[in-house]
Amino acid sequence: MKPLAAIVARDLRLALRQGADAAMAVLFFVLAVSLFPFGVGPEANVLARIAPGVLWVMALLAALLSLDRMFLADYEDGALELIVLAPVSLPLVVLAKALAHWLVAGLPLVVAAPILAVLLQLPAEGFLTLIGAMLLGTPILSLVGGVGAALTLGARRGGVLVALLILPLYVPALIFGASAVEASLSGAGARPHLLLLAALLAAALPLCPIAGAAALRQATE
Amino acid sequence: MRRPSLAPSDPLPRMISPADPASPAALFAGSALACHRGGRDVFAGLDFALSAGDALVLTGPNGSGKSSLLRVMAGLLPPAAGALRWQGVAIAEDREAHRARLSYLGHLDAVKPALGVAENLRFWVDFAGGDAAACEPALLQFDLLELAQLPARYLSAGQRRRLALARVVALPRALWLLDEPSTGLDQRSVAALEQAIAAHRAAGGIAVVSTHAALTLAGALHLDLGRLAEEAA
Repeated sequence: MKPLAAIVARDLRLALRQGADAAMAVLFFVLAVSLFPFGVGPEANVLARIAPGVLWVMALLAALLSLDRMFLADYEDGALELIVLAPVSLPLVVLAKALAHWLVAGLPLVVAAPILAVLLQLPAEGFLTLIGAMLLGTPILSLVGGVGAALTLGARRGGVLVALLILPLYVPALIFGASAVEASLSGAGARPHLLLLAALLAAALPLCPIAGAAALRQATE
Repeated sequence: MRRPSLAPSDPLPRMISPADPASPAALFAGSALACHRGGRDVFAGLDFALSAGDALVLTGPNGSGKSSLLRVMAGLLPPAAGALRWQGVAIAEDREAHRARLSYLGHLDAVKPALGVAENLRFWVDFAGGDAAACEPALLQFDLLELAQLPARYLSAGQRRRLALARVVALPRALWLLDEPSTGLDQRSVAALEQAIAAHRAAGGIAVVSTHAALTLAGALHLDLGRLAEEAA
């Protein structure tokens, strides 16, 4: 456990000291979502109708923005080779990196989402579901995104490549995340959607670290 | 043309010979190693055998495969042919055990500019399962103790290299794989490096060092990858 705690602590410390990097994703989220009332007009009905979808799509894009630096700095300064060579299970290291990424980039999105939901006139009964769905969904974004970030190491214009590779894989999280909020608004009950999100997370937790570790080994060869 | 020995103070440099990789004295041995990179053979048919306390100096012109051989030894790069053995057991059979006994120093220093000097070292020691108490002596050994609290972004290239070397020293590993460890080092630090390698060997460790500079390593074995390529051609 100690090596994994060390890597989470180091990544958090680096993120705090390079504050601009960490704030970028959540600032993008806030700014991009607040464009919608300007773009579609202030009508409460229209905004409430599109709120779940807008929040989720923007959360995906914001998470994407911060993905490329998940392994890139370690790759460029040689730390990744040493990480691969350490007597520590590489999938667990990828899991720790994804956890650190979620704490830095994902959790702020969960915190910002309800505030932005007020801006988008989301009815009060949708808030709890929104927070729950974001809590289940944003770790999926970090885990799946980590695989993409590892696969595109060493590629030129890796940031664009990551988007092309990863956005299609984000679609299930988007569908169930947005439909959970909509279901709670229409009174149909968000439970099945949240359970499906939880199932996605349960699948991503073991699979993504294994795939990410294989990609990292390839990248350091 | 035979290259002069890199260790002028060493009266009888032992050229590495087709040593028997299966001999029981060999702790770390490779047999018939080959490496392909970018569609060409970097080296092929390479044998070596090292016992506890040995040092192997890799020389050869740029592109002769010194770094590739070190990466193969570390297990970062699978050899195209041949096998590496530790105490007679193929390392491919237990990669985790091999990683637990080696310390690798590449071209890059893996120093995070935003962290302090001591923080950088402490992370690697914690991560690779070392003892935190080994950090301070390692920093002292490479004359970095006074800079311990300084953010690493203010270090010069040579100081960053020393920090990377302190990481190697701080971890208790039997096998050191050092790729051009003396790059950017001043004379005093080169002496500290030579001392560290000597102490490591005295404790029964093995060091494989690629270098262009003259490192004084008593009784070191030499492997000239440039000559190996000429002989093969």
